[in-house]
Amino acid sequence: MGEKIAEKDMVRLDELLADLGSQRGTLIPILQKSQEIFGYLPREVLVRISEKTGSPLSRIYGVVTFYSQFHLKPRGRNIVRSCQGTACHVRGAKGILSELKKELGLEGEEATTKDLGFTLETVACIGCCGLAPVIMVNDETHGRLVPDSVKGILDQYR
Amino acid sequence: MEKLARAHVLVCGGTGCSSSGSKEIIPEMRDKLKEKGMDMEVKVVETGCHGLCELGPLVIVYPEGVFYIRVKPADVDEIIENHLIKGRVVERLLYREPATLATVPDYDDIAFYKKQKRYALVNCGHINPESLEEYIGADGYEGLAKALSMKPEEVIGEVKKSGLRGRGGGGFPTGNKWQFTRAAAGDKKYVICNADEGDPGAFMDRSVLEGDPHRILEGMIICGYSVGADEGYIYCRAEYPLAIKRLQGAIKQAMDTGLLGENILGSGFNFTIHIKEGAGAFVCGEETALIASIEGRRGMPRPRPPFPANSGLWGKPSNINNVETFANIPSILRDGGDYFASQGTETSKGTKVFALTGKINNTGLAEVPMGITMREIIYDIGGGIPDGKKFKAVQIGGPSGGCLPEQLLDLAIDYESLTKAGAMMGSGGLVVMDETTCMVDVARYFLNFTQDESCGKCTPCREGTKRMLEILNRICDGHGTDDDIPLLESLASSIKAGSLCALGQTAPNPVLSTLNFFRNDYEAHIKDHKCPAGVCAAFVGYTITDNCRGCGLCKKVCPVDAITGEIKGKHLIDPNKCIKCGACQAKCPFKAIDKG
Ligand SMILES: Cc1cc2nc3c(=O)[nH]c(=O)nc-3n(C[C@H](O)[C@H](O)[C@H](O)COP(=O)(O)O)c2cc1C
Ligand code: SF4
Ligand code: SF4
Ligand code: SF4
Ligand code: FES
Ligand code: FES
Repeated sequence: MGEKIAEKDMVRLDELLADLGSQRGTLIPILQKSQEIFGYLPREVLVRISEKTGSPLSRIYGVVTFYSQFHLKPRGRNIVRSCQGTACHVRGAKGILSELKKELGLEGEEATTKDLGFTLETVACIGCCGLAPVIMVNDETHGRLVPDSVKGILDQYR
Repeated sequence: MEKLARAHVLVCGGTGCSSSGSKEIIPEMRDKLKEKGMDMEVKVVETGCHGLCELGPLVIVYPEGVFYIRVKPADVDEIIENHLIKGRVVERLLYREPATLATVPDYDDIAFYKKQKRYALVNCGHINPESLEEYIGADGYEGLAKALSMKPEEVIGEVKKSGLRGRGGGGFPTGNKWQFTRAAAGDKKYVICNADEGDPGAFMDRSVLEGDPHRILEGMIICGYSVGADEGYIYCRAEYPLAIKRLQGAIKQAMDTGLLGENILGSGFNFTIHIKEGAGAFVCGEETALIASIEGRRGMPRPRPPFPANSGLWGKPSNINNVETFANIPSILRDGGDYFASQGTETSKGTKVFALTGKINNTGLAEVPMGITMREIIYDIGGGIPDGKKFKAVQIGGPSGGCLPEQLLDLAIDYESLTKAGAMMGSGGLVVMDETTCMVDVARYFLNFTQDESCGKCTPCREGTKRMLEILNRICDGHGTDDDIPLLESLASSIKAGSLCALGQTAPNPVLSTLNFFRNDYEAHIKDHKCPAGVCAAFVGYTITDNCRGCGLCKKVCPVDAITGEIKGKHLIDPNKCIKCGACQAKCPFKAIDKG
C-alpha cells in the first residue's frame, strides 16, 4: 500500500499530539489535522494517535469510518468535489460528474487517478446553489458549468 | 484622519461572486483608482453575499445605489471613466427584470429585493464582513450592550415576546428553550451554534456566516448571558472554508476589543467561543448527534429526553440554536421583541430566509415576512419560470419536506400551514420545478440522499429507506408494478413510526407528498411505461437524424463515448452506452439530435 511515510511528518504528528492529545473532545480535530499532514490516515498514524491519546484503536476506527471526510487510502494531490445537491441535480450535475470521470480516466467506483493527481468525490451542496451546477477543486469553487468547461478547469490544476 | 469618500464601490466577495471572478475585480478596481489619483475619494469595499449570486460578480456604486451585474475585470475601466468620473451609468452592465427586460439602475427598485424584508440579512452585502468597525457602524453590538444592562430573565422575556421560533427546522420557540437551559441545574453551561447546514440546496446560513459573522457572535454572547453559560461552540461544515475563516477573524477582533473574553463591556460577564469543523455527516446536524461529534465520537442521535437543555455537551446543560435563529437575536434586543412580533402570522413571527433555486429566473437568497405566499416568492421575487416553461411544483424543506403543486401557490406560508400541506419549513430550501421535472425522480433523489445519510442505528430508517429506494429505482427504470404504490405507502408509515430521530421520521415525506399531489406521474411510469416529463432514462432516448452533417462535435462532448461516426459521415448513438445527459443535443449546431 502506497507511499512511505516521511519521518518529518511523523515529527509533526507528535507535535500535534503533544499539543492536543491530552485535551478532551479533540479526537476529530486531531484526525482532521493529521489528514492535512499526511493527505490521508495511514494505519501507522492511527496507531500512534491511539498510543498517545489512550483511545482504543477500535474507537478511532469507528470514528474514522463514520465520517465521510476521513480516508484510509492515499488521496490525490487535488480533491475535486462534484456537487450533487438538489439545485445542482436539477441543473445537470450528473452530466458534469460523468464528464469529470471521463476526463480523469476514472472507471466504475474508482476515485483516485493512478498518478495520484486527482481524487474525485461527490458532495451534497456546497452552498453555492445560485451558480449550479458547481464543483469545488480544493478550496476553490467553479460554477455555472457545462460538460465542456470541465477540461479547462482540470487543466488549471494539472 | 481619513478623508470621507464621495463614492463607495461595493464589490461582492461572497463565495458565489468570488468563484465567478470578483477576486480579480477588487485589485483591478483599486489599482486603476490609484493610477488616476482617485483612491482617496472613492472607497472600494469587499462585501458578503447579496443573495443574487447567479448574476455575479456584483458591483454596487453608492451614493446612487447603482447595481451592476456580471462585471468582468475588463469592465472596470468603463465603470471608472463613465460612472465615477463623468457620472454616466454604464447601461450595458445594469440588471434587467426577467419579465420586461427593462434595466433597473437602482438597487432598491429591483423586484427581487422589493418584497423582501431584510432583518437577519440586513448587513449581508452592505458591510465589509471583515471589519468590526463597520458592524458597529451598522448598530452592531448595541443589542449586546442593552442585554448586559438587563437581567438575564428580562432578556429571555424579550426573546419570548418576539415570538421567534428556531430556524433550524423544528420551529421550537427560542425564548422557551433559553428558559429551560437557564432553569437547568449546574454551574457549567454551553451555548452551541448549529452551522452544519446539511440540507442539499440551502445556503442561507453560509451567507450570514460569511457576510455578517459578528451578528452570530453577538447572538451567541447574548444567549450565553441569559442562560448562564460562559463557553460557546460553533459547529460549522468543513465545506464552508470562507465562513470558518471569517468567524475566526471575527472572534479574534471581538477578543481584542473586550466583546468576548473576560468581563465583557465591563459587565463582569465572561464568554468565549470555539469553532469546531464538521467532518462530513448530514446526521450531525441533529442536535444530539452534533454534540456527540463535538465530543469526538461517532455522530449518532440518541433518544430525547434528556434534552440538551438539561444534559448536552459533556453532560452539561447546553442551549443549541441554528445560525439564522442567532442572527435574529441582536436586533430583537436592540429594537425590542414587539417590533419583531409585528411581522408574520399568528403562530410564526418575523421573517424567514429562503434559498430559491431550481427552474427560476432569480436564484438566490430571499428574506421575507412569514405569511407571504409561495406565488409572491416565486413570481414577484423570483421572477417566474425561465424559458416560458410551466410551473409544476416547489419543493420546500429539503429531504424532510415535500412538494407543493400549483393549486397551493396562494397558501400563506408559516410553520403550521406548511406541515398541514405535507411539506415543512425545514431550513428554508425552495427548489422550483417546471414541467420538465419528473416528480418520481425528485422523490428518488431525496430518498437516495436520506438513505445514504442514515446513521444506521434504527432498522426502519436504515433498511426501510433502502427498500423504498429500490422500489423508486424500479419504477424509474420501467419495471414498476401495481403493488408498488401501496408498498411505498406502507413502508413510509412504518419508517415514520419506528425511527428515533427526525431524519428517519421525515425521510418518507418527499415520497408521500409527491404521491399525494402527483400520483399521475407515478402511474404513468408504472401503467403506461412513460415518463411524462421525459427525464427517466429508461423511457427516453436520443437519436441522430438525417440532418447530421458529420461535424463530430457531439462525439467530442459525449461523456461516455456513446457516439460513433466519421467526420462528414452520419453519426450514431449507441443507446446501451448513452446515459441521456443531453450534452450532444445541446452541442449540435444543426439540430440533428432528437429526444424521444
Ligand atoms: C437529520 C437532521 C439534520 C439537521 N440539520 C440541521 C442543520 O443543518 N442545521 C440546524 O440548525 N439544525 C438542524 N437540525 C435541527 C437540530 O436538531 C436542532 O433542532 C436545531 O439546531 C435547533 O435550533 P433552532 O431551535 O434554532 O432551530 C437537524 C435535525 C435533524 C434531525
Ligand atoms: S432515524 Fe435514522 S438517522 Fe435517525 S437515529 Fe435512527 S437510523 Fe440514525
Ligand atoms: S453535432 Fe450534430 S451534425 Fe455534428 S456530427 Fe453530431 S449530430 Fe451530426
Ligand atoms: S445524451 Fe449524453 S450520453 Fe447520450 S449520446 Fe448524447 S452526449 Fe452521449
Ligand atoms: S446544490 Fe450544488 S451548491 Fe447547492
Ligand atoms: S456571492 Fe455575491 S451575491 Fe451571493
